[in-house]
Amino acid sequence: MTDAAPILEMTGIGKTFPGVVALDDVDFRMFPGEVHALMGENGAGKSTLIKVLTGVYGIDRGEIRLAGRQVRFAGPLQAQQAGVSTVYQEVNLCPNLSVAENIFIGREPRRFGAIRWATMRRRSAELLHRLHLDIDVTAPLSSHSLAVQQMVAIARAVDISAKVLILDEPTSSLDASEVEQLFAVIRQLKESGVAILFVSHFLDQVYEIADRMTVLRNGRLIGEWPVAQLSQLELVAKMIGKDLSVLEQLDGESKPDLATLEGGQPVLEATGLGRSGAIAPFDLTIHAGEVVGFAGLLGSGRTEAARLLFGADRAERGRVSIAGKPTALRGPRAGMANGIAFCSENRRAEGVVEDLTVRENLVLAMQAARGWARPIPRRRQDELVAKYIAALQIRPADPELPIRNLSGGNQQKVLLARWLITEPKLLIVDEPTRGIDVGAKAEIQRLVVELAGGGMAVLFISAELEEVLRLSHKIAVLRDRQMIDQLANGAGVDVDRIMRTIAGEAAA
Amino acid sequence: MSDTHRRLTGLVRQRLFWPVLILVVLLVSNLFFTPSFFSITVRDGHLYGSLIDILRASTPLVLVAVGMTVVIATGGIDLSVGSVMAISGALACLHISGLADQNSVTGVLFAVVLALGLSVLLGLWNGALVAAIGIQPIIATLILMVAGRGLAQLITDGQIINVNSAPYKVIGAGYALTLPVSVLIVVAVVTAAALLIRRSALGMLVESVGGNPTASRLAGIRARQLVILAYVFAGLCAGIAGLIFSSNVSSADGNNAGNLIELDAILAVVIGGTALTGGRFSLAGSVLGAVIIKALDITIYTIGIPSQANLLFKAVVVIVLCLAQSSAFRARLAGITRRGGPARPPATPPGKRPDGTGGGLPQQAGPAAPAEAEVRA
Repeated sequence: MTDAAPILEMTGIGKTFPGVVALDDVDFRMFPGEVHALMGENGAGKSTLIKVLTGVYGIDRGEIRLAGRQVRFAGPLQAQQAGVSTVYQEVNLCPNLSVAENIFIGREPRRFGAIRWATMRRRSAELLHRLHLDIDVTAPLSSHSLAVQQMVAIARAVDISAKVLILDEPTSSLDASEVEQLFAVIRQLKESGVAILFVSHFLDQVYEIADRMTVLRNGRLIGEWPVAQLSQLELVAKMIGKDLSVLEQLDGESKPDLATLEGGQPVLEATGLGRSGAIAPFDLTIHAGEVVGFAGLLGSGRTEAARLLFGADRAERGRVSIAGKPTALRGPRAGMANGIAFCSENRRAEGVVEDLTVRENLVLAMQAARGWARPIPRRRQDELVAKYIAALQIRPADPELPIRNLSGGNQQKVLLARWLITEPKLLIVDEPTRGIDVGAKAEIQRLVVELAGGGMAVLFISAELEEVLRLSHKIAVLRDRQMIDQLANGAGVDVDRIMRTIAGEAAA
Repeated sequence: MSDTHRRLTGLVRQRLFWPVLILVVLLVSNLFFTPSFFSITVRDGHLYGSLIDILRASTPLVLVAVGMTVVIATGGIDLSVGSVMAISGALACLHISGLADQNSVTGVLFAVVLALGLSVLLGLWNGALVAAIGIQPIIATLILMVAGRGLAQLITDGQIINVNSAPYKVIGAGYALTLPVSVLIVVAVVTAAALLIRRSALGMLVESVGGNPTASRLAGIRARQLVILAYVFAGLCAGIAGLIFSSNVSSADGNNAGNLIELDAILAVVIGGTALTGGRFSLAGSVLGAVIIKALDITIYTIGIPSQANLLFKAVVVIVLCLAQSSAFRARLAGITRRGGPARPPATPPGKRPDGTGGGLPQQAGPAAPAEAEVRA
C-alpha cells in the first residue's frame, strides 16, 4: 500500500486554544483504499485533528496536502467540495424529511428551477442499492433505524465527494448486526478507492475493519502502525501511556460467592413486571452486594426493563417488592424514595444539565429529593463535591466549571457521583462506559466492584459482553424485549455461551 | 498577556458587563444634550432629577421583567402579564371607588390584597394550563392575554375608573426616605425574590428544569410544582406592577394599562443575558435590561427625536443592543477588525458556549452549530 502516493498528508500540524495546546506537531497521512483508524483517549486531539482537516478550525502551524496539492479549507462545505466528507456520531440529518430529500438536500436535481422529484428518488435508490440498502426512499428518515440513518448519511457524503470519508464514532449506537451491515458498506467503499478515517472506542471493531492506525496522546503523535503489527494490549498501552495494570488487577480479584449473597433478603424482587411495547413480563431478584448484568443487543429491552425497576416508566403488569415490602414505583421520585438510583444510558439527553456547573449537576438528585425549600448548605455541597471529585478522579477538578466543558468520561463520573451521594441501596447503571476512554472505563468498572463490595446492589447494563462478564455475579440475557435466561456467572459461562443464548441456540 | 489586560478580559467576561456598559453609554450620551442630566437636587425633602425619573418610570417594567425571567428560565413564556397588570389596577380602583371614604387606609389595603390575590390566581391559571394540562406556554398565556383584557374592561365597565385616594396614590406617586415609594417597593420585592430564589434551591432547580427537562425528571425534580410557582410569581409581579401603574395616575384604564409591556419585558430579559430557551437566568440582568429600555425611552425624548421617528429609532438601538449582547457576534466583529479579512471562527471548542453571556437573541454561533445541533430520532 505504501508504494502508492498518499491521498492526504498533514504535516507538522499545530493548533492552540486559549490555555490548551490541542495539537502539537502532528503528522497524519492516508492512502487511497485504506481504512485508517485514529486512536486516542478522550481529549487526545482526535476531534481537533478532524476539525482542522475539515476546516471547522484554522491551523496555527503546518500544512495539509490533498492529492499532492496544498489546501486550506475555510469550512466543512469547502472541504466537502474538495473531497473530504464527514459523518458524525450523531446523525446530522433532518429526521422529518424523506430519505431521498436528505441525500439531496441543498443540491436537488432541478429543471427550470423546479425540483425533479422522480430523478431524485431514482438516484437515491440507486445510490443506496450500491450500498446494499434497499429501503423506501420516500419514507421519512426517522422511520428507519439509527443504523440505516447512519448509512444514509454515508451515502450522502459519498455521493457528494469520495476521496476521504471521515466516520466519527459511527458504531456507538448500533447493535452487532447493524455494525456488520455498516462494515460491509465500508469495505465496499474501500474497494472503490475511498480513504476512510475511522474513529471508534470499540477496539474489536477497529481491529476488524482498519488496515492502519495512528495513535495520538495529549495532542501529540505517538506513531502510525499497520493494524497487524500492534496488539490490542500494546495499542491501549500507547493510548493511555501506561500498562493495563488496573484492568488486570480487577480480573485478579475473586468475586464473592453467589450462593452466600443470595442467602440474605433481596433488595429488590420483581415478579411478572412488564409494559407492553417495551418489555415482556419478567422476574428478577437482586441482593445486597450483588452485581446483576443485563446482556443483550441494543433494543433487546435492557433499558426498558431497567426503567421499570426505577419507576422512570410505569409498569403495566407485575409487582415489585423492596426489602420484602410490596411497593408501587409510580415515578422516579418513588424509585429514589425506595433507595434506587438510575444512571441513564443517554448521558446528554437524560443525564447532564449542560447549563449547570459540575457542583450543581452533582448535587441535583440529592437536592431534588430534599425539595427546593431545604437547600443543601453550601459548605456541605462543597465537601461532597470535593470528596467525589477526588474519589472518582474527575478532571478538571473545578466544581464551578460548566459541565459541558468536561469530556464524556468525566461527565459520566459526575452523573455516577450524583447518584452515589444519595446513598442508594440499588444502583442501576445503563451503559456507563459507552463512548468514554479506556482509562475512565477501567475506573468506572473498578468503582462498580468496590460499591458491590461495600454492600450495594448494582444492576449493570452494557453492550460489551466482556464487561458484563467481568463484573457480574448473575447475568440476565435479553432478546427481542424478553428476558430469556438468567445465568449464574462462573465456570462455563463465557462470551461464547452468552452469544449463543442471545442467538437463540439452547445451551448444550 | 499583561496583568491589566488579563484583569480587563476578566471584567469583560463578567455576566453583567455588557448590560452595564450599555446603560452607562446610554446615560452618558444624554449628557451631550442635557448637561444637567446627572444632577440630583433635593426639593421638599425629595430627590429630583432625570436619573430618579428613569428609576421611577422603570418600576412596573422591572417587576414584570423579573417575573418573566423566572418563567423564561423554566423554558416558558408569559404573554399575559400586561393583561394581569390591567386587571389588578382595575380591581383595586373599582374597590376603592366603591368605598364610603376613599382615604380609608384599611379600605385601600383590602383593595391591594384583593388585586394581588386575583393576580396570584391568574398566575395559577397560567401555570395549571402549562404544567398540569400541558399546553404550550405561548398558547396558554395567549388565552389570558386576550381574555384578560376583556376581563379588565368588564371590571371597569369599559370606562376609565378615576379614584381620589391619598393612601392609594402613595404606592405609585408617593415619597419616603427622599425616594419614590414605587422604587422602594420594587427594590424590596426584587431583593426578597432574589433572596428566596438563590438562598433556597429554587433557582438551581428551575435552571435544571429549563435546561434539560428529561434529565430533571429522572433526577427526581418536581417540575410541575416549580413551573406553576414560576407563573404564580410572574402573576404576582405583574399584579404589583399594575397597582404602581394605576396608583401613579389615580385611575384604572382596562384598555391601555400594561399594553404591550410583555414585549418590553421579554426584551429586558434578553438584554439581561437570559436565553429564551430556558436554563441559566439572571435577575440582576433583567433589572438592568428593564432600566435600559426605560432610559432609552427617556433619551429619545431628551435628545429630541421627532415623535414619528420614535419607534424606528428605538428599534435600531434595540438591534444594536442585542448584537452587543451576543458573544457570537462580538467574536465575529473582533475577527474582522483584527485580521481585516473574513471572520475566523471563535476559538472555542464546539459544544462549549464561550460563557454565560451568550444567551441573547442571535445565539446561533456559526461554526459551533453543527456539533451542538443534535439530530436524534
